[in-house]
Amino acid sequence: MKSIKSIQTYIIALATGIIAFSCSSDDDNTPIVINDEEVITTVRVQLTSTAGSVTLQSLDSDGEDGPNVPVITITGDVMANTTYAGTVTFLNETETPAEDITEEVEEEDDEHQVFFTPAAGLNITTEYGNFDDDGNPLGTVFTLTTGDASNGNFTVTLRHEPTKPNSGLADAGGETDVEVTFDVTVQ
Amino acid sequence: MKFFIMLCAFMCSSISIAQSCTNTLTGYVIDLHDQETLVDATLSIEELGNIIKTDAKGKYTFSNLCNGATYTIRVSHPLCNTQTINVTINGDTERTINMEHHLEELGEVSITGEAKKNGGKTAIESQVSNEIIQANSAGSLGDALNQLSGVSSLNTGNTVVKPVIQGLHSSRVVLITEGTRLQDQEWGVEHAPNIDLNNAGSISVIKGAAGLQYGGDAVGGTIIVNPKRIPISDSLYGETLLTGVTNGRGGSVTTSLTKSYNSGWYASFQGTLKRFGDFEAPDYILSNTGADERDAAVRIGVNKYSYGVEASYSIYNNKLGILRASHVGSAADLANAINSDRPLFIEDFTYDINPPRQEVKHQVARLNAYKRFDDIGKFSFQYDFQQNNRLEFDIRRDSEDVRPAIDLELRTHSATLDFEYTADNTIDAKAGLLARTQTNFPDPTTGIRRLIPDYDRVDFGVYALASKTLDAWTIEGGVRYDYNFIDAQKFYRTSFWEARGYDVLFPELVVEDLGTQILTNPEFTFHNVSATAGVGYDFNDLYSITANYALSSRAPNPSELFSDGLHQSAARIELGDIRFDQETSNKVSVALSRLPAGRQESFWDGWSFTVAPFANFISDFILIEPTGSQQSLRGNFQVWEYRQTDARLLGIDVDNEFRVSEHFSINNQLSIVKGQDTTLDLPLINIPPVNTTNRITYTNKKWHNLKVSAESQYVFRQNEFPNNNFEIFIVETDQNILVDVSTPPDAYHLINLRGQLDFTVSNKSTLQVALAVNNLFDTSYRNYLNRQRFFADDLGRNVSLQLKINY
Repeated sequence: MKSIKSIQTYIIALATGIIAFSCSSDDDNTPIVINDEEVITTVRVQLTSTAGSVTLQSLDSDGEDGPNVPVITITGDVMANTTYAGTVTFLNETETPAEDITEEVEEEDDEHQVFFTPAAGLNITTEYGNFDDDGNPLGTVFTLTTGDASNGNFTVTLRHEPTKPNSGLADAGGETDVEVTFDVTVQ
Repeated sequence: MKFFIMLCAFMCSSISIAQSCTNTLTGYVIDLHDQETLVDATLSIEELGNIIKTDAKGKYTFSNLCNGATYTIRVSHPLCNTQTINVTINGDTERTINMEHHLEELGEVSITGEAKKNGGKTAIESQVSNEIIQANSAGSLGDALNQLSGVSSLNTGNTVVKPVIQGLHSSRVVLITEGTRLQDQEWGVEHAPNIDLNNAGSISVIKGAAGLQYGGDAVGGTIIVNPKRIPISDSLYGETLLTGVTNGRGGSVTTSLTKSYNSGWYASFQGTLKRFGDFEAPDYILSNTGADERDAAVRIGVNKYSYGVEASYSIYNNKLGILRASHVGSAADLANAINSDRPLFIEDFTYDINPPRQEVKHQVARLNAYKRFDDIGKFSFQYDFQQNNRLEFDIRRDSEDVRPAIDLELRTHSATLDFEYTADNTIDAKAGLLARTQTNFPDPTTGIRRLIPDYDRVDFGVYALASKTLDAWTIEGGVRYDYNFIDAQKFYRTSFWEARGYDVLFPELVVEDLGTQILTNPEFTFHNVSATAGVGYDFNDLYSITANYALSSRAPNPSELFSDGLHQSAARIELGDIRFDQETSNKVSVALSRLPAGRQESFWDGWSFTVAPFANFISDFILIEPTGSQQSLRGNFQVWEYRQTDARLLGIDVDNEFRVSEHFSINNQLSIVKGQDTTLDLPLINIPPVNTTNRITYTNKKWHNLKVSAESQYVFRQNEFPNNNFEIFIVETDQNILVDVSTPPDAYHLINLRGQLDFTVSNKSTLQVALAVNNLFDTSYRNYLNRQRFFADDLGRNVSLQLKINY
C-alpha cells in the first residue's frame, strides 16, 4: 500500500514538472524584415557618344530567386561605326533608396571583373576602361565600338573571385554574380 | 556514530543468543546494468563453508541459517567482479544481489548475441561496438555507422556525414543520445549529427520505426547512442586515444577520466580535440576542406539498484570547411564545374578554414532520475535542454563582410517520463510520456533572407509497448500517438506568395504587407499515430526468425514547408509548400538469423548470419524534384519543388560471419535497396547503390592480442536514377549544353588494412597501437551519395596511427 502511494506522489510530482516547464514558451515577438543585401536587382549599361546615348537595362524586381522574370528595356538606338563611352551599374532596388552595388565592386576591384560577350555576327568590340591595382581589367567603365549594321546577343557578365589575369570568360573561373543578355541591333 | 555502531553490535550479539537455525536466505543475482538475472553465479557463506550456484533463473537458496545471525556471503561470476556482502538473517530472508561487470568487459562491451536490444525483440537492429567507435575516433558518427549493413551515408565532402538507413535520411532518421532526441536541424542534407562519437559506449541502429519509445516519425530508423557504462566499485580509470592521419595532416586526441565509488556515486569527464587541414584526393588537394572540432562532456550521478540520479552536460563545437570549388554562382558555373575533370579551385595545402564553412555549437544539459518499485517496475524521468547554434558562412561579394549568411539558434526543452514493467520475467512492457517545446530564432543581422523562419513548436507524445515470450515464441506490439503544433512567422516575397496562389488560399495568414514582402503566421497541427507489431520464433539453439511491422508518420520539416529560395551549393531554386500533410510509412522487416554454435566440432559451427529483407511503402512521401527553370540576372536557374508522392523501398541486408579457426574469421556484408516513386513509376533519387564489404581478420591472443584485418569494399554503380538533366545557355560558346546532374559515378573498389597490438605497460595500464590504411591503392573515385561528387574526387589514401592508453 505504502509503495503504491509513493508511486502516486512520484507521478504527480513529475507531471507537475512537465506541465510547469512546457507552459514557459516565450511569446510572439514579431521578427524584423530583412531586405536582402546581397541581391542585385538591376544591371544598367549606359553608352554615350556624340551620336546619342543608349541604355540597356535588366530589372529583376524580386531578386535572383523570386518568381518574377527580369524585364529588359533598351532605350535609344545603337548606331553603326560609332565609339561609345560605356559604364555598367549594379543596383539593389529592394532597398530604398536603392543601394549602388557598383561602388562595392569597384572597391574590391581585384576580386571582380565584368566581361562583355558579343555573339558572333554582332559587330561590336569592347575595351576595358578601368583596372585594378595590379593593372588587370575591372570593366565597370569601358569603351564600345560598333562596326556595320548587325544584330545579335550582347552579354554582360560579372564574375566574383575570377582568376586574374585571364584571357576571357572561359578561363576566368570564379562565380557568376550577374549574367544578362541583351538582344542588340546595330543600325 | 561510534555509539550507533556500538549499539548495533550490542543488539546483534544479544539477538544471536536466542537463535534458531531453520531459516532460509533466497534471492536473485542480477546484472546491475541491464537487470538480467545471472545464471551460474557462485555463492558461498564464509562462516559455514557451503557453496551453491544460481539456477537457470538466476535464483539462489541457502537453507538452515540461524535467525539473527550475520553471514558473510561471497558472490562470484565469470563476467563480474567478485563481491562480498554481509546479510543479517531475520526470519526467512530475501536478498537480491547486484553484480557489477569487470572493468575490462565494460571497455569493450560486446554487443553481439545476448545484449539487450533497444528497439523491442523483433525489430531489426544492428550495433556498432566500442572497438569500431574507437577505430573511427578521428572520424564522425556517420563513418562509424557506415560499417553496418543497410547503413550508408549522405556526405557533403568527407566531414559532413549524414547516416542513411535503408535508403532514408535526414528528418526520417531519429538520433537518440543518452535518452535525448537530438534537435540539431537534422532536416538539412548538409547538416551532420552534432555529437562527439568518442563519447559513445556503443551505438545501436533500429532499421525502421520499431523504436516507438523514441519517437513515432522514424520512417527511416533510429540511431541510439548509448553512454559508456560506469561500474559500481571504488575505481579511478581513464583512457586516452591519440590518432594521427596523413590525409588532412591532422589528428585527434580524446581522453576520458572516471571516478566511481562502491556507494554508486560516480563522476566522469570526456574531452575531444580534432584538427585537420585540407584533405586530399589522389590527384589534387581538396581546397578548404579542413575541420576543427572541440568537445567536452561531464556526468555526475549515483547509480543504485532502487534509484539513481544523473546530471550531465555536453558541448560540441565544430568548424568545417566546405570545398571551395563546390560554391557556384549560377547554373552555367555548375555546368562548367561538372564538365571539368578537376575542381576549378585548387590551392596549396593549408589549415585555414575559409568561407564557405559551417560553425556549429551544440549544447545539452540533462537531468535524469529513476526509481524502482519492487514488484511493479522502474520509473524514469528525464529533463533536458538543448541549444543548437548554426552559422554558415558564404562567400560574400564584399570579402570584408564577415557576417554569416545563416545564423540559426534552436532551443529545445524536453521532458520524458517512462515506466518499465519488470515484475514478470516473461513480459517486457514499457509506457511513457513526452513533452517538448522548441523555438527557432534566425538572427536577422545576416542581411540575407531567412532560410528557416522563426517558429515555436510544441510536441506531446504518449506510447505503450509490450512483448511476451512463450517458449520459443515472442510476440510484441506497441502504439504511440504524437501531437505536433508549429507556430511560424515567415516573410514571403510578395511575388512568390502570389505566384503560388497563397494569396487566394491563405489570405488569413497575412499579418503585415510590407510591399515587396509579406509577413505571415502559418500554424500547423499534426496528429501522428504510429504502431508496431512483431513476432519471433526460435527454431532451435541456432536458427531464429523475426518479423516486424511498423507504421509511422512524420510531419513535414521546416525546409519542406518553407523553402523559397536559391540553394547556393546546388545552384538551384528550392521551393517548399505549406499545404503538405504528414507522410506515412508501412514497413515490414523480416530477419532470419543463425547464431554461432557454442562449440567448434564441425566446419559449419563457426558460421553465423543474418538475412534481413524489408519492404517500406510510404504514402505522401515528400521529395524534391526539378519542375522547370527560372530566368534571373544570374542566368537560368533550375527550379526544384517539394512534392508528395507514393514511394516504395525494397531491399535486403545480409551479414555473414565465418570463424574459420581460432585465428581466422571472415566477414561479409551485402546491402541492396531499391527505391521507386510508384505514382510516376520512376526511380527515387539518392538511393544508395548496392555495396558489399568483405573482410578477413587474423587474431592471435597469445601474441600481444594481435589483430590484423584486410577489407575490400565494393560499391556498384547506381543504375536506377531519375533523369533530372537540364539545358543551359553558355555565353562563351553561344550554345546550349546539357548539364548532367543525374548520371551516377562509376563503381569503385577500395582496399583497407588495419593492424593492432596490445602492450602491458603496468598492471593497471595497457597500450594499444593500431595502424590503418584506407584506400590502400589511392584509387580515384566519386561516391553517388556525396554532394560534392560533381566537383571533385573523393579522398585518396589515408594512413593513420592510433595509440590507446588505458589507465
